Amino acid sequence: MSPEQLDNIALEYKKKVKIYDKVVKICCGTGCISSGSLKLYDRFKDIINLEGLAAKVLVKKTGCHGLCERGPIVVFGDDEILYQSVGKRNVNEDVKSLIETIKSNKIADKLLYKGDDKTKRYVSPLDIPFYAGQNRIVLSLNGTIDPEDIDEYIQRGGYRALYKALKMNTDEIIDWVQKSGLRGRGGGGFPTGAKWRSCKDAEGQPKYILANGDEGDPGAFMDRSLMEGNPHAVLEGMIIGGYAIGSNQGYIYVRDEYPLAVNRLSKAIEKAREYGFLGRNIFNSGFKFDITIFRGGGAFVCGESTALMSSIEGKAGEPRAKYVHTVEKGLWEKPSNLNNVETWACVPHIINKGWEWFASIGTQGSKGTKVFSLVGKVKNTGLIEVPMGMTLREIIFGLGGGIQGDKKFKAVQTGGPSGGCIPAEYLEMPVDFDSLTKLGSMMGSGGMIVMDERNCMVDVARYFLTFLVEESCGKCTPCREGVRRMYEIVERICNGNGDKGDIEHLEELARAINLGSLCALGQSAPNPVLSTIKYFKDEYLAHIEDKKCPAGVCKALIKFSIVPEKCTGCTLCAHECPVKCITGKKKEVHTIDQAQCIRCGTCYDNCRFDAIKIE
Amino acid sequence: MEVDIGKLNTILNKYGGDKSYILAMFQDIQKEYRYLPKDTLKYICDKLNIPFSKGYEVATFYKAISLKPRGKHTIHVCLGTACHLRGGPNILDSFERVLNVKKGDTTGDGMFTLESVNCLGACALAPLVKVDEKDFGKTTSVTVNKIISEFKDGE
Ligand SMILES: Cc1cc2nc3c(=O)[nH]c(=O)nc-3n(C[C@H](O)[C@H](O)[C@H](O)COP(=O)(O)O)c2cc1C
Ligand code: SF4
Ligand code: SF4
Ligand code: SF4
Ligand code: FES
Ligand code: FES
Repeated sequence: MSPEQLDNIALEYKKKVKIYDKVVKICCGTGCISSGSLKLYDRFKDIINLEGLAAKVLVKKTGCHGLCERGPIVVFGDDEILYQSVGKRNVNEDVKSLIETIKSNKIADKLLYKGDDKTKRYVSPLDIPFYAGQNRIVLSLNGTIDPEDIDEYIQRGGYRALYKALKMNTDEIIDWVQKSGLRGRGGGGFPTGAKWRSCKDAEGQPKYILANGDEGDPGAFMDRSLMEGNPHAVLEGMIIGGYAIGSNQGYIYVRDEYPLAVNRLSKAIEKAREYGFLGRNIFNSGFKFDITIFRGGGAFVCGESTALMSSIEGKAGEPRAKYVHTVEKGLWEKPSNLNNVETWACVPHIINKGWEWFASIGTQGSKGTKVFSLVGKVKNTGLIEVPMGMTLREIIFGLGGGIQGDKKFKAVQTGGPSGGCIPAEYLEMPVDFDSLTKLGSMMGSGGMIVMDERNCMVDVARYFLTFLVEESCGKCTPCREGVRRMYEIVERICNGNGDKGDIEHLEELARAINLGSLCALGQSAPNPVLSTIKYFKDEYLAHIEDKKCPAGVCKALIKFSIVPEKCTGCTLCAHECPVKCITGKKKEVHTIDQAQCIRCGTCYDNCRFDAIKIE
Repeated sequence: MEVDIGKLNTILNKYGGDKSYILAMFQDIQKEYRYLPKDTLKYICDKLNIPFSKGYEVATFYKAISLKPRGKHTIHVCLGTACHLRGGPNILDSFERVLNVKKGDTTGDGMFTLESVNCLGACALAPLVKVDEKDFGKTTSVTVNKIISEFKDGE
């Protein structure tokens, strides 16, 4: 392969697409698939064929566009029109609207994104605040290209960075990465260039390049969307890294729960080999490199670097002490460079556009952009990419559109099980590695989980402890036993059996676990508890002293009842109650049978008349 | 349990008999039987020349591997953070009640195994349920009944 050949492929692709009048992109990311986008795609293709439009309209399957909750998402051309929830209620009817848009440019009002006041409708996604506030670099091609078509990636500039890098001196590449200020997107935020350099300088052969696609943080799906939506970007970054560091073999570790990512990556690897971007003598440089996918086995701890390497070696994924760094002795005791998949995907951009460009984005200590999964009780849930330093308020209320049902914002959880909950008073905080750490939370991999007044912070602490008790590998006592003790205490508090002194006891355990644990799972396990105690102590006290759960979540402490004056007898609560313990005639006051009620709160969340009260 | 040696050998060969791929082999075997039968575990360990205890350690360490037979359909209720906050535990509760099993168990008729999972990566559609390969977003206790009958009737 030569650069001329790349240009040719790009040209051919352009020619191929030019014959079409219209391009229609249907999101086939995981979110939209679960909302029915594959069915929509098939039906739409059928009708296109039936109507004899196949020669005029190119229908593409793409990766995630970001607005997952409103999927299936359909975008026309280069962001001219965005349709949302297409085919969710009625596939045939919506496909008809799509065809009409194609035939006569008639825009289907009801499929457009609506503004908050319900009157404003947005046609182009670029006008929707959710997109307008973003700066998409890593995600620039996500939702644009067909991830299974390498030609389209090449047409969009793909593999040019690889060519350029292979002409550069390896030290120069590492210099660029270092000067760009890129920090690892996997959680810790370690400077990427420095890591590469130590791996390059380490003694021993062979060396390994590893991509961490484990994404164990619950509530995070950036890496998944990237591997599914633009797999070649990850590969290209890894190949460049391999060249710079002096490695000929790469591995991508993908979690077991992500079969579609494995599938798309496998296809991408196959194609890259066919085109000569992997294999021997890449771009006639004499450099050889190959990549193998390794499927994880559903263990959170395997995202930790040493555990991940054990896992690839065919062992149980237990971490080991890191007095010897993995860049010196990692996989099979050989120098190994592990980066997160998003980190890898940043690399081609840095090579293409230069380190100065990358360093000009973001804040002093955190350069570039970061992809976040904005989920929980926020209106526009989905995937976003913003420059580092944007404030929490801009993200949650600007891009996210605020809290669902206009409830009160309570906290945002970042950093997954190693992170913490940040309360409303810090909404003006710029989001970057250092400021989140200062607040007692963490950047983590980029999950941002928004909570409202109906979420109990003690319950959230219990949730993370349950998770960590389950996921601790059990190798060291402070983590194995200590986290369990913390769980038991918090569980007791939630059950209404909290005692004076529990909070102090939790804080003491937290210190011991942090000091005595071998890996970062244990060391950071107390964070969700500590941050909720720090910012929401009153909620703990309400549980312990008053035996009350203000948010109405902890089942032992609450009771739901119907306020007769407010109940209109709409029957909705009775219909939704999972144990059918609500009775009442239509248009008459309803009642709850307390003996049967399981206190799930479904009735409360569904009643539109505020007629259900939590005590 | 009848073990198909031919199939096991095919799987072993697919990975060139390389013991670092033991987890992948287990996953492939599990695709065949929906769980990892003890005899297959033993066979693989013998062939790879590793002690049974080592193979057993790997098989029990990873959640993706089940040593217990599974039902015809596996229901995964997501209990990741986003799903937890939007009512995931209530959904699990509903499945437990309707199917009359506890998390981790299989219904008497061998139709469903009920499990939880810590995030499936479609968190925007929380609470999420996955049955075999199919995702159901924004589930409620009403959809729980629908999901169960869809798979019961559809076999
Ligand atoms: C318990 C635990 C789980 C982790 N899970 C992940 C993960 O899922 N993905 C990831 O990229 N990094 C994860 N990490 C961080 C990795 O150990 C490692 O720091 C990172 O992959 C390095 O890449 P980066 O420098 O590009 O961030 C985890 C760390 C710990 C302690
Ligand atoms: S801190 Fe926990 S997860 Fe980490 S090695 Fe120790 S027991 Fe295992
Ligand atoms: S949903 Fe509210 S208003 Fe309707 S019947 Fe139930 S309590 Fe009454
Ligand atoms: S809390 Fe749940 S179980 Fe109780 S009445 Fe309301 S919906 Fe029914
Ligand atoms: S999966 Fe379609 S927008 Fe995210
Ligand atoms: S938290 Fe349930 S899918 Fe992510």
